[in-house]
Amino acid sequence: MKILVPISKVPDTTSKIAFTDGDSKFNEEGIQWIVNPYDEWYALVRALELVEAGGGTVTVINVGDATADPVIRKALALGANEAVRVDVNPSDSYVIAKEIAAYANDKGFDMVLLGKETISYNGSEVGGMLAEFMNLPYISLASKLEVNGDTATLDRSIEGGSEVVEVKLPLVASASKGMAEQRIPNMRGIMAARSKPLTVVPASGAEAKTAYVKYGLPAPKSAVKLVDPENMDELVRLLHEEAKSI
Amino acid sequence: MSVLIVVDTKNGEVKKSSLEAAQYGASVAASLGGEAVALTLNANNAEVLGTVGVNKVLNVTDASVSASDPQKVVAAIVAAANKVGAKVVVFAHDSTGKAVAPRLSAKSGAGLVTNVTSLPNLASGFVVSKNVFSGKAHADVNILSDEKIVSILPNAFGVKAGEGSASVEAFSVDVSGINSGITVKEVKGGNSKVVPLPEAELVVSAGRGLKGPENWGMVEEMAEILGATTACSRPVADIGWRPHHEHVGQTGVAIRPNLYIAIGISGAIQHLAGVNGSKVIVVINKDPEAPFFKAADYGVVGDAFEVVPRLNEAFRKFKAANG
Ligand SMILES: Cc1cc2nc3c(=O)[nH]c(=O)nc-3n(C[C@H](O)[C@H](O)[C@H](O)COP(=O)(O)OP(=O)(O)OC[C@H]3O[C@@H](n4cnc5c(N)ncnc54)[C@H](O)[C@@H]3O)c2cc1C
Repeated sequence: MKILVPISKVPDTTSKIAFTDGDSKFNEEGIQWIVNPYDEWYALVRALELVEAGGGTVTVINVGDATADPVIRKALALGANEAVRVDVNPSDSYVIAKEIAAYANDKGFDMVLLGKETISYNGSEVGGMLAEFMNLPYISLASKLEVNGDTATLDRSIEGGSEVVEVKLPLVASASKGMAEQRIPNMRGIMAARSKPLTVVPASGAEAKTAYVKYGLPAPKSAVKLVDPENMDELVRLLHEEAKSI
Repeated sequence: MSVLIVVDTKNGEVKKSSLEAAQYGASVAASLGGEAVALTLNANNAEVLGTVGVNKVLNVTDASVSASDPQKVVAAIVAAANKVGAKVVVFAHDSTGKAVAPRLSAKSGAGLVTNVTSLPNLASGFVVSKNVFSGKAHADVNILSDEKIVSILPNAFGVKAGEGSASVEAFSVDVSGINSGITVKEVKGGNSKVVPLPEAELVVSAGRGLKGPENWGMVEEMAEILGATTACSRPVADIGWRPHHEHVGQTGVAIRPNLYIAIGISGAIQHLAGVNGSKVIVVINKDPEAPFFKAADYGVVGDAFEVVPRLNEAFRKFKAANG
């Protein structure tokens, strides 16, 4: 099976979020970059498991400039066979999806598996767009994925439960928690990653449909009001009368 | 210029997140001077949309047109948008919006913004705010294309139903040519009475401070008294004390209820990211230095095993007195 795993480069979860240039740009100073956890922990690991069990290859693809290469190497260290980077700094999900489709359309992938969203822009957009651009079925928010011959069975999360769906390959699916367990790369993987192919391809020139114009931080919270642990009637009164939340 | 709102249903009833999206769409239509039209998927109570400002409903009555098969829903939306001349399509950013809106964007070339938390500012384009970095920040995004799609963050606006009424007409769309090869085999759990986390207004959540899954009885009891939904921190789901779908935070479900009660949770940055949009936060923790207190509105420094039963008692008394 040939699996494609799109990966994003995102700030580490402990990063201080700040902006520059009149709040028009994310401040990248001092930021540690990681592979988007949903892409890495769930999509990539599940793709590796499927290939380990049934043979095939896992290709990771990133749409970005050379600053993404270290996180792409991390994906290779985890076990992906090869990597592709489409050389453009994308300004929205539409560009990312269109560029991935431009690369992938004639490559005969059986499956495209990616995280349900990034922890940076929280879009949940690329998977569905990609499915449309590649004219493939799309299963979003999958927490389980099994493949049997040319048919996949997935659990698609819906509010308060899930739906078991069956679909013929090829397909696009977005992965959420439950699909696989996070792996830690070992020394051998890290060494092997250095010599695995990372092919840089030119962008096809997709144009953005949206523009980020300004960023901001939430208003700071006022100080916490401490309530005597012996007096929970008082907390209930405050929640009712002051906060009006019950 | 009319606005089309995509409204999904659960067991034939309009979803709460869709009702909120419909209200949003009606406001957008009013500021554009157009009509608010809802496209409902197999709704039995589509009239309710009138109460949030929708003028007209096109109700699809074909069970195969569902979010399980996004291509069919996209076909229905394109047909409906053409019929009513809609240039703006509104979704709720729930499981339906996530499955369908991106596909529609790619098909139509309309720019999409998800997780939207504001009405559009029309002064310099079509600019909406959205949450980014899992709620640690927000961004203003301009949609450049003529046609626009927005998918709004559940619970960001709330629903204020009024008096209006909407005309409902059946809308048929031919999806026989679409074969995506998707079949739904089984639906698990979707029918429970508990409000799903992203839609919940009251959430009771607990973390590793509770020591073990056998101690969740008092958490569930609180949720039961309040009619709240239960949640948990990531390690608690990872070690299997609680189901994965309860995990909230940056790598779990992002929520913004009216009230979030956190019990024995330290308040790590990744946890806060997914819950700091909550309107009121109550933290119960025995460590006065726990970082969560900095993000809390009300705090109780104490042992959960003593405080929670006492609080449950107080909630019960309150409920008995206030109904
Ligand atoms: C990439 C990444 C992503 C992550 N994503 C998430 C996420 O999405 N969601 C998430 O929750 N975490 C996430 N985490 C984990 C996060 O960093 C914390 O480890 C986690 O939130 C801690 O969970 P906790 O508060 O339950 O446990 P702990 O940090 O162990 O805190 C337990 C708390 O309970 C208190 N306590 C103990 N006993 C009692 C008692 N008897 N009464 C009252 N209080 C008591 C303690 O004082 C302590 O504050 C992520 C981490 C990483 C690295």
